[in-house]
Amino acid sequence: MDVIVCVKQIPDPETPAAAFKVDEAAMQVLPAQGISPVISPFDAQAVEAALRIKDASGDGTVNIISLGPDSARDAIKHSLAMGADEGYHLKDDAFDGGDAWTIALALSKAIQHLGVPDVLIFGRQAADWDQGTVGSIVAELLDLPSATVLRAVELSGDSITVSRVVADGFENIELPTPCVLTISNEFGDPRYPQLRQIMQAARKQVTELTAADLGLEASEVGAAGARIQMHALFQPTSDVEVEIIEGDSPEEKAAGLVNALREAKIL
Amino acid sequence: MASILVFGETDDAGLTAPTLEMLGAAARLSSDLGGGVALALIGSNIADAASAAGPAGADTVYTADSDSLASYQTDSYLPVAQGIVEQDSPSVVLLSQSSMGRDLAPRLATRLGTAAIMDSLGLEVDGDRVKATRSCYGGNARQVVTVQTDPQVITVRPKSQDPLEADDSRSAEGISVDVAEPTLRARTTGKEQAEAEGIRLEDAEIVVSGGRGLGGPEAFADLESLAGVLTAAVGSSRAACDLGWYPPSQQVGLTGTVVSPTLYVAIAISGASQHMAGCGGSKNIVAINKDPDAPIFSFSRFGIVDDYKKVLPALEAAFAEALD
Repeated sequence: MDVIVCVKQIPDPETPAAAFKVDEAAMQVLPAQGISPVISPFDAQAVEAALRIKDASGDGTVNIISLGPDSARDAIKHSLAMGADEGYHLKDDAFDGGDAWTIALALSKAIQHLGVPDVLIFGRQAADWDQGTVGSIVAELLDLPSATVLRAVELSGDSITVSRVVADGFENIELPTPCVLTISNEFGDPRYPQLRQIMQAARKQVTELTAADLGLEASEVGAAGARIQMHALFQPTSDVEVEIIEGDSPEEKAAGLVNALREAKIL
Repeated sequence: MASILVFGETDDAGLTAPTLEMLGAAARLSSDLGGGVALALIGSNIADAASAAGPAGADTVYTADSDSLASYQTDSYLPVAQGIVEQDSPSVVLLSQSSMGRDLAPRLATRLGTAAIMDSLGLEVDGDRVKATRSCYGGNARQVVTVQTDPQVITVRPKSQDPLEADDSRSAEGISVDVAEPTLRARTTGKEQAEAEGIRLEDAEIVVSGGRGLGGPEAFADLESLAGVLTAAVGSSRAACDLGWYPPSQQVGLTGTVVSPTLYVAIAISGASQHMAGCGGSKNIVAINKDPDAPIFSFSRFGIVDDYKKVLPALEAAFAEALD
């Protein structure tokens, strides 16, 4: 089974809230001091799902595509260190200022350029913008069946069976290949690259592709091609003032809390 | 031509709460945008639910009623939804940020030559655009965005909008949609229902939630015991679900369920932004955490700084006495 995984490098979502800062005028998140960007966690789980499919099928390749600035290379390298075979970096100033649509358009062209594989895997959403649409847009553009927000993926013969997380449980879905899957956090931890694999991945070539390489005009991608426009980016504020219930024993604190809730007419 | 088309959802009780909320939002937006509000229902045996469309604020209700549409599947719902949008030609399409909406909205938008804004918290008309405020960066930031192409497809976070007061004197014009036999590529072969014990998270007036700080799955039995006293539902942080301590169906947060109870009791939960995205709408948050610097306290009305293991038995006893 041949698999392509699309990944994204993002500011570390575990950045403490206190270190998270926004430049409201530039509508950008400022890099947090001393905290390195990471592969979006759902994407690392997508790579893990791909590697398990490859292992189960006994042959095939897992290739990685990432669209982004220079830092996108690190997400590709991380995926290679996990065990992926080849990396492709869609890198072009023309991609700047794009949205989910222009990114999905470029990814779909790159996938066609490389040849549509048996399975295409994405994280359920990039943990920066949290939109969760790129995988579905690519599926639509390539006219492929899709299943989203998955906690388990298994190979069964020529088809793929998945478990989709829904509000009241899980759905089992069977898909033919080629198909598009998006992986959710319930999938479980991705493997962590060992030093030797990181060294090997560092030496691997990553192929760079521009908009022109993919047959895309600059007017179709980036800010020029975007369908969603951002008007503001800001940090929400909490106006709640906490009252800490003091006491000499847990019993006193518990009684104090219950009293406070009664006085506030919450109970 | 309607200005706003809402894709509703139904359950045994009729139109779901998020559907009523979206109709409320649509009514408010359409008074600025002009045009009416249409509701689209796709499913099987939905006539009764459709009869509630008018009282809930719809001028028109499209029904695509077929046994083949009994449950949501991408391949069966997508062409039906596309047909309804093309027939109605709305300027705005609303879906819930539900299991269905998450999956359907981006594919539908792409098929219609437009784009989808996901998980909006606030909606406001600006000219002929709807400005949507949504959470991003795991709840650390908010962005205001518009779809520049038409129709503007937007998913709406449950509980972020208010429904209208039901008005039984109103009725909606019904339009029945022909449904062709679907061609299924991805096929749902079965469903595992989460154990529906006790109160549903999204309906509960009180939610008791636990996080990674509990230290293990056993502690959830103590939370369930406390929840029993309070007639509360039990939730979990994503960290605790990912560790396998509690079922994913009980996850509160950005990638789980959004709750807005009167009282949210957060036990050994640090208060990561992605968790607050799921419970930040609670009217009152109470936090119990041994770390006085835990972010959860900055969202809480009351807090206890202590080891939950010591506090919980005392708290259960105090609540039991108070509510007796």
